[in-house]
Amino acid sequence: MVEHLETAEAQIQDEMELVYGYPESLTRASTHYCPGCVHGIVHRLVGEVLDELGIRERTIGVAPVGCAVLAYNYINTDFVEASHGRAPAMATGLKRVNPDKIVFTYQGDGDLAAIGTAEIIHAANRGELITTVFINNAIYGMTGGQMAPTTLSGMVTTSTPTGRDCRLAGYPMRMSEILAQTAGAAYIAREMAVDLASIRKTKQAIKRAFLTQMNGLGFACIEVLATCPTNWNVDPWSAMQWAKEHMSAYYPVQTFKMTDEVKALRV
Amino acid sequence: MVKQLLKGNIAFAEAAVRNGLEAYFGYPITPQSEALEHLSGRMIEEGRVFLQAESEVAAINMVYGAACAGVRTMTSTSGPGFSLMAEGLSYIAGSEIPVVVVNMMRGGPGLGNIQPSQADYFLMTKTAGHGDFHPIVLAPSNVQELIDDVGLAFELAEKYRTLVLIAGDGSIGQIMEAAELPPMQPVRATRPAWATTGAQGRERNVITSLYLGAGNLEVVNKRLQAKLMEIKHHEARFSEVQTEDAEVLLVAYGTSGRICVSVLREARREGLKVGLFRPRTLWPFPEERLAELSHQVRGIMVVEMSAGQMLEDVERVAQGRVPIRFHGRMGGVIPMVDEIKLDLDALAADVAVR
Repeated sequence: MVEHLETAEAQIQDEMELVYGYPESLTRASTHYCPGCVHGIVHRLVGEVLDELGIRERTIGVAPVGCAVLAYNYINTDFVEASHGRAPAMATGLKRVNPDKIVFTYQGDGDLAAIGTAEIIHAANRGELITTVFINNAIYGMTGGQMAPTTLSGMVTTSTPTGRDCRLAGYPMRMSEILAQTAGAAYIAREMAVDLASIRKTKQAIKRAFLTQMNGLGFACIEVLATCPTNWNVDPWSAMQWAKEHMSAYYPVQTFKMTDEVKALRV
Repeated sequence: MVKQLLKGNIAFAEAAVRNGLEAYFGYPITPQSEALEHLSGRMIEEGRVFLQAESEVAAINMVYGAACAGVRTMTSTSGPGFSLMAEGLSYIAGSEIPVVVVNMMRGGPGLGNIQPSQADYFLMTKTAGHGDFHPIVLAPSNVQELIDDVGLAFELAEKYRTLVLIAGDGSIGQIMEAAELPPMQPVRATRPAWATTGAQGRERNVITSLYLGAGNLEVVNKRLQAKLMEIKHHEARFSEVQTEDAEVLLVAYGTSGRICVSVLREARREGLKVGLFRPRTLWPFPEERLAELSHQVRGIMVVEMSAGQMLEDVERVAQGRVPIRFHGRMGGVIPMVDEIKLDLDALAADVAVR
């Protein structure tokens, strides 16, 4: 069956101009992500961006600890596996010794906003020429649904069974706002990937973030509001709606920092 | 090359530069901060990479990242920082990436103090981080050996794709003595085939220590163990002083080993047939030779700046053949010649050697 498709694909490519296809920057492996999970969408966007920018062969990805720990099975570039939260530090090491390569981290909210807060803030502060894709679904997916620093007030999780009480557990963290305060950050934006329009905008943001690195303009991070139907205990469609309404109410979808040079980039 | 007066910390830092160190990421911690300070100037001068990280956690992960890209890289620290690095060291070992780390041991546990100690022996030799693993651990006792061990460390790390530690102590780092630095080597022009440098014209490289299938991870562990076995067979190193006719044996490493040379001289002057066995690798521990010596002598005295950590390895190797005495100081205290000699004389009397 696969062979038949590949022959057909090759035939079409010979005869016509291919305007849409499987990105070379994604492997053909089926992902393990849950139905309705935003990882699958964002992996696809990253794959398309790397293809469009023609940088697949000089890109090195840094995978997180979290549901996307196996990102290296899906994104078709050189990859390293970081320990929890340390991806920006690994990326710093990789980029400093490979200044002509493109280095990106792909991190979840536990990775970036809990254990890795020091590493991301310092990488941003140093203006490391790396790109971070930050998936915020307000919960710890891989470990089975515990509270994340980004869990909303009142949200029920396996470690906040009666709903998050901010007086005890702290308040949900707005990381993009924090990172935008650093002098080294050139482009910090929050997007969401919950419907066609927002997915398109997310892709543009991710593309601009990679272009920021390619042009040596500074640190770039795109936070993507995301879903976790499994641990939110809702169906995929409801999860998308909930993220669109409730997540974006607390986490405004906007650009928090964009230097003039980043603004001038042709995306 | 000419000998010059060198402080230990500066010596190992400069030796690394001359051995083609391409990237250094570190964090200040007494008693080794001079190394970071020296490198902050020299690495930039030589057009290499230097970055003071925000913590030892960040530093070891920056080293890990750079090492994955196939460059010669290292960091240095002391006990509290080494503890922070444990997770990173385990990842490095598990993914078989060459990395060198210097630990200038200080008084502990906890914040402790900044004086010399040897109390990280267990931590460094038994595993360095979680999981089934041993790094190679080199044990210099003076500035020259420290300089030489830097070059050896990089060689061994790259030969076996493994973690190599240098077990210094605050004294070796701070002491100033005459030593010779190696000639300047440039950084290597090429990167190893397994490195993550961008998948141009080749299959992509993925460096990970994650193997979710239990069967898969066991295969990896068997490979790691086989590698350790090879290292055990080929890389154990030691130094001996007057062991040929020894009836009692001093066993000590690093600064303790150095002090024992003076103990030995005094004891020999008084007619005691004492020898010194000084491990130069703490892992692999030089078991074969020590076992041989344990058949020859009538008593062994272990001297450490700790509660007795290498002592356990000596006991294991000697297998109860001879009485073993221990002289240890803790908390950053350095044992002096006369106090060690008192214990040595008592041992000699016990085993009726005079």
